[in-house]
Amino acid sequence: MGILEVKNVGKRFGGLKALSDVNLSVKEGSVHAIIGPNGAGKSTLLNCLVGKLIPDTGSVSFEGQSVLGRKPHEINQMGISRVFQTPEIFGDLTVMENMMIPCLAKRDGAFSISAYGAMMDDREIVERAEHMLEDMRMIDKRHMHAASMSRGDKRRLEIAMCLAQEPRLLLLDEPTAGMARADTNNTIDLLKEIKSTRPITICIIEHDMHVVFSLAERITVLAQGTPLVEDTPDRIKGHPKVREAYLGESSGH
Amino acid sequence: MTDQTSNAGAVRPKPAAPAEKTGLFGLRGKDASLLVFVALLTLLAPFILNPFPTGSAMAQFNAGYPDLMQRFVIFGIFAIGFNILFGLTGYLSFGHAAFLGVGSYAGIWSMKLLTLNVIPSIVVSVIVAGLFSLIVGWISLRRSGIYFSILTLAFAMMSYALAYSVLTPITGGETGLQLQYFDPRILDGELAAGTTPRANLFGLEMGTSYELRFGSWLFTFNAGYYIAAACMLAAFYLAIRIFRSPFGMMLRAVKSNQQRLNYTGISPKPYTLAAFVISGMYAGLAGGLLVAMDTQVGAERMFWTASGEVVLMTILGGAGTLIGPVLGAGFIKYMENIVSTINKSTLEGWFAFMPDGLADFFVTIVYPFVGKGWHLTLGLLFMAVVIFLPGGLVQGGQKIATVLRRDRKGSGLEPGAAAKRKQAED
Amino acid sequence: MEAIILQILNGLDKGSAYALIALGLTLIFGTLGVVNFAHGALFMLGAFCAVTFSRLIQMSHTVVDETRTDFLGNPLQVDVPYIYDFFGQAAGDVLIDWAVPLSILMAIPVMILIGVIMERGLIRHFYKRPHADQILVTFGLAIVLQEVIKYFYGANPIPTPAPDAFLGSFDFGLMLGFDAGGIVYPYWRLIYFLFAAVIIAGVFAFLQFTTFGMVVRAGMADRETVTLLGIDIDKRFTIMFGIAAAVAGLAGVMYTPINSPNYHMGMDFLVLSFVVVVVGGMGSLPGAVLAGFLLGIIEAFASMAEVLAILPGINQIIIYLVAIVVLLTRPRGLMGRKGVMEE
Repeated sequence: MGILEVKNVGKRFGGLKALSDVNLSVKEGSVHAIIGPNGAGKSTLLNCLVGKLIPDTGSVSFEGQSVLGRKPHEINQMGISRVFQTPEIFGDLTVMENMMIPCLAKRDGAFSISAYGAMMDDREIVERAEHMLEDMRMIDKRHMHAASMSRGDKRRLEIAMCLAQEPRLLLLDEPTAGMARADTNNTIDLLKEIKSTRPITICIIEHDMHVVFSLAERITVLAQGTPLVEDTPDRIKGHPKVREAYLGESSGH
Repeated sequence: MTDQTSNAGAVRPKPAAPAEKTGLFGLRGKDASLLVFVALLTLLAPFILNPFPTGSAMAQFNAGYPDLMQRFVIFGIFAIGFNILFGLTGYLSFGHAAFLGVGSYAGIWSMKLLTLNVIPSIVVSVIVAGLFSLIVGWISLRRSGIYFSILTLAFAMMSYALAYSVLTPITGGETGLQLQYFDPRILDGELAAGTTPRANLFGLEMGTSYELRFGSWLFTFNAGYYIAAACMLAAFYLAIRIFRSPFGMMLRAVKSNQQRLNYTGISPKPYTLAAFVISGMYAGLAGGLLVAMDTQVGAERMFWTASGEVVLMTILGGAGTLIGPVLGAGFIKYMENIVSTINKSTLEGWFAFMPDGLADFFVTIVYPFVGKGWHLTLGLLFMAVVIFLPGGLVQGGQKIATVLRRDRKGSGLEPGAAAKRKQAED
Repeated sequence: MEAIILQILNGLDKGSAYALIALGLTLIFGTLGVVNFAHGALFMLGAFCAVTFSRLIQMSHTVVDETRTDFLGNPLQVDVPYIYDFFGQAAGDVLIDWAVPLSILMAIPVMILIGVIMERGLIRHFYKRPHADQILVTFGLAIVLQEVIKYFYGANPIPTPAPDAFLGSFDFGLMLGFDAGGIVYPYWRLIYFLFAAVIIAGVFAFLQFTTFGMVVRAGMADRETVTLLGIDIDKRFTIMFGIAAAVAGLAGVMYTPINSPNYHMGMDFLVLSFVVVVVGGMGSLPGAVLAGFLLGIIEAFASMAEVLAILPGINQIIIYLVAIVVLLTRPRGLMGRKGVMEE
């Protein structure tokens, strides 16, 4: 029984069948990658996991509890954090404030009017946020406006914000899309470091095979809305079905 | 904000608000001095706003008479509240006047049915406006962007139209509501027939004034004004607390990125609704105070132009800043009441020192912008602010302050300081 | 039955005005992505084009008429419009009588010019700014425009009559076989409706059948791509703004005989037109037109005495009520596209 269980999930948009019969089991503590050509339904699947879309059929459960019908913030509070393709951070706030919000969410839940008491006097939250920033080697940028940072730093901040909530499952949606090679490698190193220092499960959707093969322990290949194969990276590399699905997009890409 | 820093500097010596933890009422250094500054400004307003001797040519620019001073602080409250919604969350409501109007009606009914004391009346205003804004907000906040603006506008215009027509028994329709000596005030004794009921605070009537003559200067200290000013200070203090609290930070996060907020396990809706209701209650407080001061109310208070006015005030002063809305409210009310009274002969007086032709020329040039044309000046100024100074007058002040400081120091200050100061203040 | 037809007819002229303004608003929003709060002011400027034109055409000089004397026995001084000098008295009178329709000739170039200046001088710099900023700056512009008009034309409504030929009314009741006088409808209102229909059809045809329109429609759908094709979309958008301004202006010109123009008529219409646009669905041209007529007719029905007897005051709030219901049940309006204005 994995930490995340997807059973027979199907989703249609009008006449278009985006997902059908998706079964997936993510083992606790593993790094699981979902790959597939464009239009294979990777993003649709991810959106079904986080509550942005509701699947037409099937079930999705996290740690034995169904996530279906819950709102994104409720699913997040269950222990699933999501990193977006383009970094989603609070651009108008400082890095420190960005970091404090997930800390507050972790402590106070989805809504609380803790209006009394200035935010910066909340030692517990300030310390947690500072600790996280130190951990991610961003403490020197704490007073910067988040929007003015480089793309690589935004990505790092976003991941840090997700980690501050101590999620059990971290979902990453093409975290290196559009990044230069150096930034991509930095992100890979960062994820490796996170994996080695914390008991966390990572599920990554990726297009870039370099990223996938440097990180993943298990890989699911999605094609035309259905899982084609699921196996270890070594076996996936040579799998004929995968080569077929990626025809024209060689796996060295 | 320039003169403010210099003024606040003059006050600072005695408390030297400890930069660390709790200063005044739990505020940090900068906020504490801002509060002290605003407090002094409101307390001394009868002096500050009456700088010219009575009877002098400039006397028409004196704004230190009770009626106008009351308006300054009351609309200041309205704008502070609007800013908590718009400045922090970015939700642009075009219907906030409805809450002010509903607060006014509730307040006057309290004075008609309960007592002429203003405290129950204000409390009732705030509560009723809060409940009304809860309903409107709960529905309107299901949409965002311009849809939200239109929904709030629609609710406000409906309230206005209903107050004019169907609800006439409650609102007095076109004539509005006034206090009468025969109103059944159950907590007060009966008034003699024919007397005009006046709002009071435990017997102190709102209209009571103490006049101080000082040479040819005349200063008026009005009870109603000081009561309204006390309310504004409380409202301002609460706004500072909200701005600095985790709640305020969440509101700014709503404005910045709702998507991320959702995926950080936080539901934006209750936060925005709370901000909406708080700002609705501020509007109710303003409405209640308006009634307390002039004991009458009409539906035109809810017309959409009144909602537009508070938007103007907030943006003009500086949305998202603490002091901005107060400045904006003061500025617009000053123009409405003072600049609008400048007429052609006043202008001719000003330019009389010039040769005839030149004087005529200037009078002709300036005349469209003053007197009845003050709206034109307001519109132009508002456009200029939106185009060049998205941070409003406050940002303008900061820019001037930065330039001045650089001049004084010669070489200019370290680059981060200006930005940091801005951050601390907004 | 008669009452129903009458109310539909009554709704048509107001609905036409709503539809025309909403059409322009949607053109601007759809092409440029700008929320134009000054659009009502353009409607108002159009109306004042008509006022200006009829004043220009009636400009006169004083002539001494030797054949007649005033009560003091001096030769009578008469004001003679210049137009008599050019075209003779008979033709001149006709021209003065037809001032409102004729002022269309002046309004079109003037309004296009105003629209282009507005876009080039102001709106252009706000494409990348948040919608709230766009609303605010155009709101400021609307105040400025209406104050300028107030300065030059005063605060009172200026009666601007329709040509004498159109002062009468149709008696539809008689035509349709009901009692005479059952359905009376002024000529001018019918003309306004037909005029609006022609303009709307013209705009749609223009967008549908010309290359220019095709590019603009493509731009409305996906601005980035069209720019990539190397098409100078900005220039076309400027022209589009001019056209939208002209549509609003013409709606204003022809509305003058129905309602004497005053400086705040634009704002009065703007608020309702925005409701119309949102009900129709931001960015949908057919939606704007449909919602315009629909709300105009609904408003007319709500104003019936029978309805008011049951629901007093309903005519004042019906449009807002419809807007709230539509927005809550159909978040994107009647015909709106997904994802428009929902940042």
